[in-house]
Amino acid sequence: MSRAKKNNVLPGFGLTCGYTLTYLGLVVLIPLATLFLRTASLTWEQFWTTVTGDRALFAYKLTIGASMIAALVNAVFGLLTAWVLVRYRFPGRGILDALVDLPFALPTAVAGISLCALYAPGGWVGALLQRFGVQAAYAPLGIVIAMVFVSLPFVVRTVQPVLADLDQEVEEAAASLGARRWQTLRRVVFPAVLPSLLTGLALAFGRSLGEFGSIVFISGNMPGRTEIASLLILTRLEEFDYAGATAIAVVMLGLSFAMIFVINVLQAWSRRGAD
Amino acid sequence: MSIEIQRVTKVFGGFKALDGINLTVPSGELVALLGPSGSGKTTLLRVIAGLESADEGAVLFDGEDATQRHVRERGVGFVFQHYALFKHMTVFENVAFGLRVRPRRLRPRKAEIADRVTRLLKLVQLEHLGNRRPAQLSGGQRQRVALARALAVEPKVLLLDEPFGALDARVRQELRTWLRRLHDEIHVTSVFVTHDQEEALEVADRVVVMNAGRIEQLGTPEDVFHRPANEFVMHFLGNVNVFHGRVEGGKAMFGDLYVEHPVAAGRPGAAGDEPKDAKVFIRPHEWDISAHRNGRPAMEAVVTHVNAAGPVVKLWLLSESGEPVHAELPLDHYRALELRSGQRVFLSPRQVKVFFD
Repeated sequence: MSRAKKNNVLPGFGLTCGYTLTYLGLVVLIPLATLFLRTASLTWEQFWTTVTGDRALFAYKLTIGASMIAALVNAVFGLLTAWVLVRYRFPGRGILDALVDLPFALPTAVAGISLCALYAPGGWVGALLQRFGVQAAYAPLGIVIAMVFVSLPFVVRTVQPVLADLDQEVEEAAASLGARRWQTLRRVVFPAVLPSLLTGLALAFGRSLGEFGSIVFISGNMPGRTEIASLLILTRLEEFDYAGATAIAVVMLGLSFAMIFVINVLQAWSRRGAD
Repeated sequence: MSIEIQRVTKVFGGFKALDGINLTVPSGELVALLGPSGSGKTTLLRVIAGLESADEGAVLFDGEDATQRHVRERGVGFVFQHYALFKHMTVFENVAFGLRVRPRRLRPRKAEIADRVTRLLKLVQLEHLGNRRPAQLSGGQRQRVALARALAVEPKVLLLDEPFGALDARVRQELRTWLRRLHDEIHVTSVFVTHDQEEALEVADRVVVMNAGRIEQLGTPEDVFHRPANEFVMHFLGNVNVFHGRVEGGKAMFGDLYVEHPVAAGRPGAAGDEPKDAKVFIRPHEWDISAHRNGRPAMEAVVTHVNAAGPVVKLWLLSESGEPVHAELPLDHYRALELRSGQRVFLSPRQVKVFFD
């Protein structure tokens, strides 16, 4: 049997591909498979009752809803932050730029404690909000705040390089053609930034879905009121209900996968013809 | 619309990009701003457009002061060096942009916009590519889209920044001819920036030679090429041989060569006056080359290298005093002389330009 030997200028495809697959398998696929395997110890009926229980349904809704709100808030303010960091030169800009990364590095428990201290009814901001009858800590609002905090860098850091690369000439061209400033922003700048903004949105959403550490401090963890899905999984585990915990985990997995997929489709659509 | 620039000065940091520029562009003319990079030509174009504001001086359109007018109210079409097309829009949408962003009461109806865009795309010979995106076009096609987009708003002035700078040689040549024809058709007052002297001399009605934020010379292509105002213009408009010499008694002397250079009485170097140091400039094509001495004052030189690819043969020579000399001669002369490397020849200039030190 003769085999045509292809001389590729980039050798090592077999080795690198094999390595990648093994690595991905060990780190991602096998743990996920275990999740499904564990869940499979339940019958369909048991599975269905576990994942559609009132407490579980509420936890999904809260987690996904709060994550969406947090991602949208960050899309707006992250875009604004990136714009300011890219477009203006002012003293302290470097420090501000570095601060954006802080939520990446800060242990989430530290974030949770500080947010809790700030937003609790006795804290500086919490007391102020209390006066207007708004409760932040130990309420869904607190969950959103924690999620906004941890996912802010994702939007800023994905949008920032795109904004920096945006040719200023394009805006000048729009102005020379008679476009007002907001028309230029809406018709020229925004469409150019949109794909990266959607990427940032997806990342922020994903990060919020997975956030646990800071939320357990600030949410108060009341079932049916401020209990997020991750916490429900932990509770089930503490009750030695492994199958129940994994069942909820599987649902979360499916939901986040679907959400990321939708955003990717949006992204592909907004990027059409861009390159 | 005529453009008038009065004493315009622009400083970036400590760098004087424009230094008291005065310039008038008559209505309907095609003018080239020619100069090396850093000469201020692009800055001047941007000041005319209103993309840059002058620190001092005024810009007048048709005699009316437009210095404080925003770029969007100046009615200029600006074509950027790197096209600056809107990447996410089709060619059609790019061209229609200027019409679509107009305030509602001035905005043409949809059908009218479509009609106008189609006509413009036809004008730039891209009518079949309206649905493409800029990324799917070649450089030359993108440049034409940029031009159509600028023309869509019916500008009274068209400004082009190095319009062919990023294109390869053949497309450049084509577009150059095409731009000249287009201008003859639509007659909009146009100013374009270039660092390519050939481009400026070929396309423009008049050429403005700029250097270090100042205008060195303003004139027709013929003027600036044959009657350069100074050393800089002489150097910038093509290859030239420079010899250090002096002017004395109505003669310019350099090396073992002299040419008649009559100087009016009272001017430096006039007959009976002190000899005056000067630089003598000779264009490569102004040499007469012969294999033997023929009685004319001539410079002896040895051919070091010949490039005969093209209708004009380029010769590199070394004069007896060791100076490199560059000469050009028509192909048939070259063949008649049977020149080879290493051969000794005699060079006499047909025409020289002298500038005093």
